[in-house]
Amino acid sequence: MLPKVKNKRDIYLDHAATTYVDAQVFKAMKPYCEKYFGNPSAIYHIGRESNGALNDARREVARLIHALPDNIIFTGGGTESDNLAIYGVARANEKNGKHIITTTIEHHAVLYPFEDLEKQGFEVTYLPVDEFGLVKAKDVIKAIRPDTILVSVMYANNEMGAVEPIAEIGKELLKYRKEKNTVFPYFHSDACQAAGYLDMDVEKLHLDLMTVNGSKMYGPKGVGFLYARRGVKIKPLILGGGQERNMRSGTENVAGIVGLAKAFQLAQEKREKESKRVGELSKYLWLMIQEKITRIKLNGPELDGDRLPNNLNVTFMDVEGEALLLYLDEYGIMCSTGSACTSTSLEPSHVLRAMGLPYEYAHGSLRFTFGHCNSKADIDYLMKYLPDVVETLREMSPVRMCESAHAKFKK
Amino acid sequence: MTKESLKKENLEETVDIRAVDGGGWLYSDIVKDHFFNPRNFMHYGEEEKFKFNAMGRVGSPACGDEMVLWLNIDEKTEIINECRWRTFGCGSAISSTSVLSEMITEKGGMKLEDALKIRPQDILARLGGLPDRKVHCSVLGDKALQAAINDYFRRTNQHARVITAGAKIIDEDLHITDKDIEEAVLEGVKTLEDLQKKLKVGIIKKDSIPGIEELLRFYREKYYGV
Repeated sequence: MLPKVKNKRDIYLDHAATTYVDAQVFKAMKPYCEKYFGNPSAIYHIGRESNGALNDARREVARLIHALPDNIIFTGGGTESDNLAIYGVARANEKNGKHIITTTIEHHAVLYPFEDLEKQGFEVTYLPVDEFGLVKAKDVIKAIRPDTILVSVMYANNEMGAVEPIAEIGKELLKYRKEKNTVFPYFHSDACQAAGYLDMDVEKLHLDLMTVNGSKMYGPKGVGFLYARRGVKIKPLILGGGQERNMRSGTENVAGIVGLAKAFQLAQEKREKESKRVGELSKYLWLMIQEKITRIKLNGPELDGDRLPNNLNVTFMDVEGEALLLYLDEYGIMCSTGSACTSTSLEPSHVLRAMGLPYEYAHGSLRFTFGHCNSKADIDYLMKYLPDVVETLREMSPVRMCESAHAKFKK
Repeated sequence: MTKESLKKENLEETVDIRAVDGGGWLYSDIVKDHFFNPRNFMHYGEEEKFKFNAMGRVGSPACGDEMVLWLNIDEKTEIINECRWRTFGCGSAISSTSVLSEMITEKGGMKLEDALKIRPQDILARLGGLPDRKVHCSVLGDKALQAAINDYFRRTNQHARVITAGAKIIDEDLHITDKDIEEAVLEGVKTLEDLQKKLKVGIIKKDSIPGIEELLRFYREKYYGV
C-alpha cells in the first residue's frame, strides 16, 4: 500500500510555524548568556556591557525598519506585541472613539484581543477578503467612522501567504487623516511572517505600529518587538520596573534581543536573494504536485502574485489534513494543515473559510513553508511519498467531490 | 504515556494529545497500528463484487468526518459475516472504523443484538483511548454501525426493529435538539459560551438557557466525567 521508508530523513517544511536559530545568531547571543549576563539597569561593568548591547540592538532594529531607536519596544514575542498594540491603543484612546477595524484572516493574536474588546464595549468591523485572501484598501477606508481609533491589517498571512496592500492602505489612511485633520485611526500591522521576505520600511508602509518576532526569521523564540511611532499613545500591559520607556516592564531579555537584532539583520540582508531561491522551490513543488496528483487546488494568491515566496498551500480533495500529516510524519516530513483535526477548536482554518473555501476543502489542505535549510532534493524526497500517501487515503475515503475523476487505484 | 494508556484500568481514559513526548506517537500504539494498516476497508472497484445487505453512512466531509459501513449479515443466524468501510477523516476516525470492523467480524462474527450493544466507549477501550477532542470519532463509528443495522432491518422488512433515537427539540427557532448539544460536547465544547458560539442556541430565547446548561453538564459528565 504505502511505500517503505528508504533512507529516512527529516524534511522541515513548516518555517511559517517557527524556524531554528541560525548559527551566527546563536554565536551573537552566547556572550550575553554567559559573560555579560548583568541586568542592563545595573551600573557595574557587566550591566553596562549588556545595556550597551541592548542599545546597539535597538539601534540596529530601528535602522532596519527606517525608524528611531525610541520607537522600538522589545517584547516577549509576536503575540505580546500584537496584544500591546491593540489593547494599548484601545485603552489609551477610548475617549476618542470605540470603533476598531481588522480583517477576518488575522492571526489569533490579533483576532482574540479584538473579540475581547468587543465584549468590553468596543465595536469591531471585520473586513472581508477576496477569494485569494486579499483585503482591498478601499474597503478599509469605507469602514472608517469618526470614532475609529485603530486599523489592524496583517502584512502577510501565515496560512496561505497573501501579502496585503499595506503601503496602499497606509497611504489612504494618511489622506483620510489629513482631510479630517485627525490623528486617528492609527494603523497597525502584524508583520511576523514578512520579516524575512518583504520590505519592512515603516515610512514606505505608512505604519504607526508594527509587530515583528524573532522565531520566524531564525532568531530565538520568546522575543519580538513592537514599533510604535512617536506620538502614538499606548497603555502598557505589563507594569513593574519601567523598562522599555515604561511600555514593557521586566528585566530585558538581552541575549534574546541581541539574537533578534542579528537575525533581523541577516534576514533583511538576504531577503531578495532568499525570496528568489525559496520562490523557485515553491514553484517547483507546485509543478510536481500538479504533474503527479489529481484533484488539487492552490489556496491563496498565484505563486507569482501577492504571495510570500516561501508559502505553498494546497487542498487535496477527498482526504483529511491530519491523516496526511500523520502519514508524512512517518517519512520524516513536517508540514501543517488547515484541517480542524489538528486544532483544538475542531473548526477548520478561519483563514481558508474567510476566503470562501468550503469546509471540506479546508479540511484537506496542507501548508508547505520553505526556509534556509530546504533544497530541491527535499522536494524530490517529499514527492517520492506524497502521491502515494494521498492515493492511499483517497482509497479509504468515501468522499468523491468530483465524481468524474475517480481515483485510479494502484494495486 | 502511550504504554500507560494501554493498561486495563486506564482503558476508558482519554489521552492528552500534548502530553506525548517526541519519541512517542500522538495516539496509542493500537490506533497507530490500525491507522497504518487499516483492516477491512473497501478498495475501489471492490463494491461491485462485495455482497452486502446493509449499508450505513454518517457524517459529511464538511464536518471533517464521513464514514460508510457495508455489512454482510447472515439472515438466519443474524451474524455479521463480513464488513467493509470507507472513512474520510483524521487518524483517529480511520482507526475507529478499522477497529470497529474488526470487533464485529472477529471470532466468526458478532450477532446483531450484540453489535447493537457496542458503545463508543467500547471502541475507545479497544483503541487504548483517544484524546478528548477525538472522542467524537468513536461515536461516529458507533452511529455508522447503527445506521447500517437499521438499513438491514429495512431491507429485510423488519421495520418494527428499526431503532430511532429520539431527539428532543431544545430551541424551536433553530431546530436544535439535545443530539446537537451532545455532538457539540463531543467536539470539545465546554462552556455555554462555546456552545452559543457554535450553535447560536438560546441567544434569542433566553428561557431555554437553564435547560441547555443542564444538558451541557449531563453530556460533559457522560463523556468526560467532569
